[in-house]
Amino acid sequence: MPEIKVTPLGAGQDVGRSCILVSIAGKNVMLDCGMHMGYNDDRRFPDFSYITQNGRLTDFLDCVIISHFHLDHCGALPYFSEMVGYDGPIYMTHPTKAICPILLEDYRKITVDKKGETNFFTSQMIKDCMKKVVAVHLHQTVQVDEELEIKAYYAGHVLGAAMFQIKVGCESVVYTGDYNMTPDRHLGAAWIDKCRPDLLISESTYATTIRDSKRCRERDFLKKVHETVERGGKVLIPVFALGRAQELCILLETFWERMNLKAPIYFSTGLTEKANHYYKLFITWTNQKIRKTFVQRNMFEFKHIKAFDRAFADNPGPMVVFATPGMLHAGQSLQIFRKWAGNEKNMVIMPGYCVQGTVGHKILSGQRKLEMEGRQILEVKMQVEYMSFSAHADAKGIMQLIRQAEPRNVLLVHGEAKKMEFLKQKIEQEFHVSCYMPANGETTTIFTNPSIPVDISLGLLKRETAIGLLPDVKKPKLMHGTLIMKDNSFRLVSPEQALKELGLAEHQLRFTCRVHIQDPRKEHETVLRVYNHLKGVLKDYSVQHLPDGSITVESILIQATAHSEDQGTKVLLVSWTYQDEELGSYLTSLLKKGLPQSTS
Amino acid sequence: SELHLSKLRLTKPSKSAALHVDLCKATSPADALQYLLQFARKPVEVESVEGVVRILLEHYYKENDASVRLKIASLLGLLSKTAGFSPDCIMDDAINTLQNEKSHQVLAQLLDTLLVIGTKLTENPSVRMRLVEVACKHLTDSSHGVRNKCLQLIGCLGPVEKGVAKEVESQAAKDVQKIIGDHFNDQDPRVRTAAIKAMLQLHERGLKLQQAIYSQACKLLADDYEQVRSAAVQLIWVLSQLYPESIVPIPSSNEEIRLVDDAFGKICHMVSDGSWVVRVQAAKLLGSMQQVSSHFLEQTLDKKLMSDLRRKRTAHERAKELYSSGEFSSGRKWGDDAPKEEIDTGAVNLIESGACGAFVHGLEDEMYEVRIAAVEALCMLAQSSPSFAEKCLDFLVDMFNDEIEEVRLQSIHTMRKISNNITLREDQLDTVLAVLEDSSRDIREALHELLCCTNVSTKEGIHLALVELLKNLTKYPTDRESIWKCLKFLGSRHPTLVLPLVPELLSTHPFFDTPEPDMDDPAYIAVLVLIFNAAKSCPTMPALFSDHTFRHYAYLRDSLSHLVPPLRLPGRKLVSSPVSPSITPHEDPSQQFLHQSLERVYNLQHLDPQGIQELLEFTIRDLQRLGELQSELAGMADFTATYLQCQLLLIKALQEKLWNVAAPLYLKQNALASAAAKQILEETYKMEFMYSGVESRQVVIIHHMRLQAKALQLIVTARTTRGVEPLFGMCEKFLQEVDSFQRCFISELPHMQGSFVDKLLDLMPRLVTSKPSEVVKILQTTLRQSTFLHLPLPEQLHRATANIIEPTGESDNPLRFTSGLVVALDVDATLEHVQDPQGTVKVQVLYPDGQAQLIHPKPADFRNPGPGRHRLITQVYLSHTAWTEPCQIEVRLLLAYNSNRSKASAKILKSTWSESLEALPQSENGIEGTIPFSKPVKVYIMPKPARR
Repeated sequence: MPEIKVTPLGAGQDVGRSCILVSIAGKNVMLDCGMHMGYNDDRRFPDFSYITQNGRLTDFLDCVIISHFHLDHCGALPYFSEMVGYDGPIYMTHPTKAICPILLEDYRKITVDKKGETNFFTSQMIKDCMKKVVAVHLHQTVQVDEELEIKAYYAGHVLGAAMFQIKVGCESVVYTGDYNMTPDRHLGAAWIDKCRPDLLISESTYATTIRDSKRCRERDFLKKVHETVERGGKVLIPVFALGRAQELCILLETFWERMNLKAPIYFSTGLTEKANHYYKLFITWTNQKIRKTFVQRNMFEFKHIKAFDRAFADNPGPMVVFATPGMLHAGQSLQIFRKWAGNEKNMVIMPGYCVQGTVGHKILSGQRKLEMEGRQILEVKMQVEYMSFSAHADAKGIMQLIRQAEPRNVLLVHGEAKKMEFLKQKIEQEFHVSCYMPANGETTTIFTNPSIPVDISLGLLKRETAIGLLPDVKKPKLMHGTLIMKDNSFRLVSPEQALKELGLAEHQLRFTCRVHIQDPRKEHETVLRVYNHLKGVLKDYSVQHLPDGSITVESILIQATAHSEDQGTKVLLVSWTYQDEELGSYLTSLLKKGLPQSTS
Repeated sequence: SELHLSKLRLTKPSKSAALHVDLCKATSPADALQYLLQFARKPVEVESVEGVVRILLEHYYKENDASVRLKIASLLGLLSKTAGFSPDCIMDDAINTLQNEKSHQVLAQLLDTLLVIGTKLTENPSVRMRLVEVACKHLTDSSHGVRNKCLQLIGCLGPVEKGVAKEVESQAAKDVQKIIGDHFNDQDPRVRTAAIKAMLQLHERGLKLQQAIYSQACKLLADDYEQVRSAAVQLIWVLSQLYPESIVPIPSSNEEIRLVDDAFGKICHMVSDGSWVVRVQAAKLLGSMQQVSSHFLEQTLDKKLMSDLRRKRTAHERAKELYSSGEFSSGRKWGDDAPKEEIDTGAVNLIESGACGAFVHGLEDEMYEVRIAAVEALCMLAQSSPSFAEKCLDFLVDMFNDEIEEVRLQSIHTMRKISNNITLREDQLDTVLAVLEDSSRDIREALHELLCCTNVSTKEGIHLALVELLKNLTKYPTDRESIWKCLKFLGSRHPTLVLPLVPELLSTHPFFDTPEPDMDDPAYIAVLVLIFNAAKSCPTMPALFSDHTFRHYAYLRDSLSHLVPPLRLPGRKLVSSPVSPSITPHEDPSQQFLHQSLERVYNLQHLDPQGIQELLEFTIRDLQRLGELQSELAGMADFTATYLQCQLLLIKALQEKLWNVAAPLYLKQNALASAAAKQILEETYKMEFMYSGVESRQVVIIHHMRLQAKALQLIVTARTTRGVEPLFGMCEKFLQEVDSFQRCFISELPHMQGSFVDKLLDLMPRLVTSKPSEVVKILQTTLRQSTFLHLPLPEQLHRATANIIEPTGESDNPLRFTSGLVVALDVDATLEHVQDPQGTVKVQVLYPDGQAQLIHPKPADFRNPGPGRHRLITQVYLSHTAWTEPCQIEVRLLLAYNSNRSKASAKILKSTWSESLEALPQSENGIEGTIPFSKPVKVYIMPKPARR
């Protein structure tokens, strides 16, 4: 039985280090190649030795697909391709290809330059790795080799994020990567057609959450910023350089525009500026509003948001500053925070989750006195706000995607085991499909029942459909033809053609069958009775009584003779060619039931 | 068939013969196709249609090429459409062509032709039956195109009446619903769509669909193709309207629910469909499902939030709780939205919840088309259910922050429409008011309209609204009028809430005198408007006013009378309300004044000319002043003043000495009289076309005045021109006009005793035979002797006004551009009481060299913010050759008119003159002109010479 095997090397009942191996119809595909934020040792990268102990990975993998540019989905890529060794194709969308190297370089800098690690990939390796990347467009079917094809669907989440369909023959797998079913200020919602894959591999970060409408959060956010600025206060928004930052920028930019506000908005420079540049270029990947208005004005060409300079932090008057990093643990955001924390007019808005131990986490949990480096005590008087802007699908969103794609099996990754358990149960209950949630290193095998395509000649098809009633979707249709299996392909042709192709002579095959009927009357009377009976039952067929005393139903011949021993028993000889097997066997079974006790 | 022959003989041979020759000449199918294409471009007269059809059919049978047959088939359909042609004579032939046709495409086209024929012969049931039978026969065709057309034909022509269906023997025609229903499962999605559409067509034609279709239609909702799903949603909606109270079972349980509720749930489900076309369709239809149970309706706003398997409250719920606990606007803390109780995992239903959260999804959709549809649906449902209105408020308020302006605007309008059902909570009001800072004028004005009819629950709310409106006023001073109006309604709706605020608002102090505020400050006026309107129904309030407040009241009552109501102030009765006891309270004194002055004029017609003139002058002055003071009466006052002005001009012109002296000596007087005639003509056009609410009673008087002016013109010309020749034509034209006047207003003539036209008509036989000089003489005496006609006033009369907001005309910075190129000038204007502005309002640009340019704005440039009001936002392209220095151009709005469009004459023409329309004199038919109806605005521009 054909099967699809899935083994997560990362992200199995876990978040981070996404890396999933799929073998489908003899092809091996690796989905994502990410790093884990929680580890600094070997565990930060997937264990590629699982694939092969020695020898190059290229021999074992047909292709690698990267869903989007977040490091937990692409962070291990240079290590994998340059240090472990992989020379096959790597597929990602155009925006991902553009932004991915920036983030990898940033990641390398922090690990090597700041933490001083050795034996890490180098800038050159990143470049070499990116040379192996093949960029794909949305909905473009890419033929990896003769049998394997992949296709990208829009996934929301971040710029360039995509879901991928992997297809070999009739078997297919859809991998969602991270996706978002509700649109936000800069991206649209994920969408997929009814592709009915054999397996859907879905993320499940928010498996047990149904989220509130985004509008309330946006409104709250804007109101708070607005109020603080109106009071003359300063607003600090710590963000990670890519993704949410752009959404918040658009949100504030349009609000400033709408409300005619004058207070300056700054964005800390560096990484972001470069990234914004790409956002400007990939307008087609954004939401309806940005796509429709970019002719007048590209929304990422910010009018109100300017680059930040260190000296601006001391300027008097209101201002809004976006600064990295997002958890206030180091860098510019922390510097600005220290300057502004003492004034109760100011405000800091944390737009995302903060890891324990960071300044962000401390102030969010209500700590008002912070011990900084050098035993300094920093008193936090500024207001602290939390706004969650997350771009993953919630439980309802995941269900909605499953409904859209109609998969035959679902496999959950990228989430916590406990939460997956709930969603798995729901999916099985509501869609009646099986759902799997393998842990890292655990292999799930799914048996498929692929339909096998057969070529049929048009002439035969037309001829066969012309017989009988109109095709009905619900009933399978019986067809007569010859199946030729040759050179790995299947063809259905008419018997004559098959004979011709194979150079064979035609043999007639006839079935004959004797049916005994108890009838004391004369032979020709029996024949007449049979004739009348058949005529009455088989209304749609041509039943004829021939002068020589035999009956034909279509091409089936029926003759009656008296039994040599018992004159009261008549023997009906039924004869048909094998083409008429269906009708012939029906007729014999009909005659075996005997003739009705007619009066005439 | 003698009749048949005679018919053939009637047909013009030319057309058909030409075609016949052409087709015979054709050597190849491509040639024939060319001839047919050329033939199709020219219209065919009704008489020759049948002949042409026969020739086409003849060729049809001979033709081997399918594309030519296809074209012939389509031509047959086209020809059958010819107005006045009855296609029953060609129906048999058309049906016969189907018999031996092998090409599916041609078959489909032939069926289409039959459909055209059928729709022209809908009155004939037997024809329809035949066509339906033909269609049924071809339903088994293997081509989707043919099946498609067959279904369309059945849908359009299938029997709808019960009685007819019984008489007809044919099995096929008996149950069209079943036949169409069988094709709901067709293998081709296009045919499935056509089947559903045919079913809907039957419904539209009045056939009651069977309830049994419902379960079939429900299955179609899961179809792979969006057009099928979209049509299925419609079908389900139709069935839910037909059988709302039927009971249907819930699958996989023993329960049953009303059909309309079930359908509602299913359509709600489609709001999260994969295709946005279906989503829009579903969201739109939800709005019209008013019979749905409130339980289901309210589910649409509840998404059943949870977090980590625990029930969570929505932000809306939290806001409400915060508000009711008295802790308004606390900052949100980390974990503030922490989930509460544990959820029973078994009970959570993630997908089958149907209606659950449908609107939450719809309002969050990525396509704005869906969001707008959802807002509209919310509006309709909320209008019929007050409790739902209350619940959807939070969601509507949220939509005020949508990224697309159209959606924001739509939600503000929606909120206004349901505002009768709701009272805003303070926190909601706060969010609503935040939008006042929006830079879009449309949004702000819509919001002002909304606030006009909003119910506020607390005095803090009123205070908040006032503060925000004043902020709005300082930020956008041009919103002044709109804000004042808004405060007027806010005050009059909430007198008791305003009362406790009065001391604070007027900053009065029990012991100290506070400085007198500046009377010209728009903000102070805004506060006063609020207070005075509240004081109208709150007699205790004036006691809180300080002295200067009373003075300001008197001033504002005079200068902004439309915003400040009359108040009964203690001790000031005489000053502020000069209402004499004889007048009934509901009669407005100004209205009284208007009528009194008019009566005075109409009664005193026999005074000496000098007296009349003086009285007219005074009255006109009074009326004009009245119009300025009382905006409600402005239309009425202006209208009558204009009329009196015409009369005055006429009297003055007739008083001229010119008439007694030899003409050439008094060229100056002559100029005066002819100028008067010209002005009267202009004024009459203004009266006819610039006022909305003018009835035929007024139109007669206006036309009569115009006739007098024309008579005057004739007399003046007769006096000043030598020779009789030109006069002949003029006299004749004038008499024609009198004649057409008589014909148009024959019913009104009895009311015009002693008038100019009345006398003229008596003299008509004499006039027709007289020489021009005599005619003139007669006219002169009749003009002098005729009486002054009383102008009856309609109930409502409004003058069309326009106000150009942008450009302001204040800029000293010239608009520079290179000569020969164009510069776009933004024009923003408000129009009031203009009927059909798209057709009549034009923009005129006057250059200093006298060159004038007339611009017709696009219909899309006009918006309709409220009844009787329009807003024109357009761009005017300017260009000119180079100037040496900047200069001003003038921009103004014109109202175009065409005397043909006159309501009164059009009506009369249609009813009584339809047969002799052509006999009407041309002069009366096509007078077109423009009336400037806005103040001109000056724009400084500077076309620079192009640099080489």
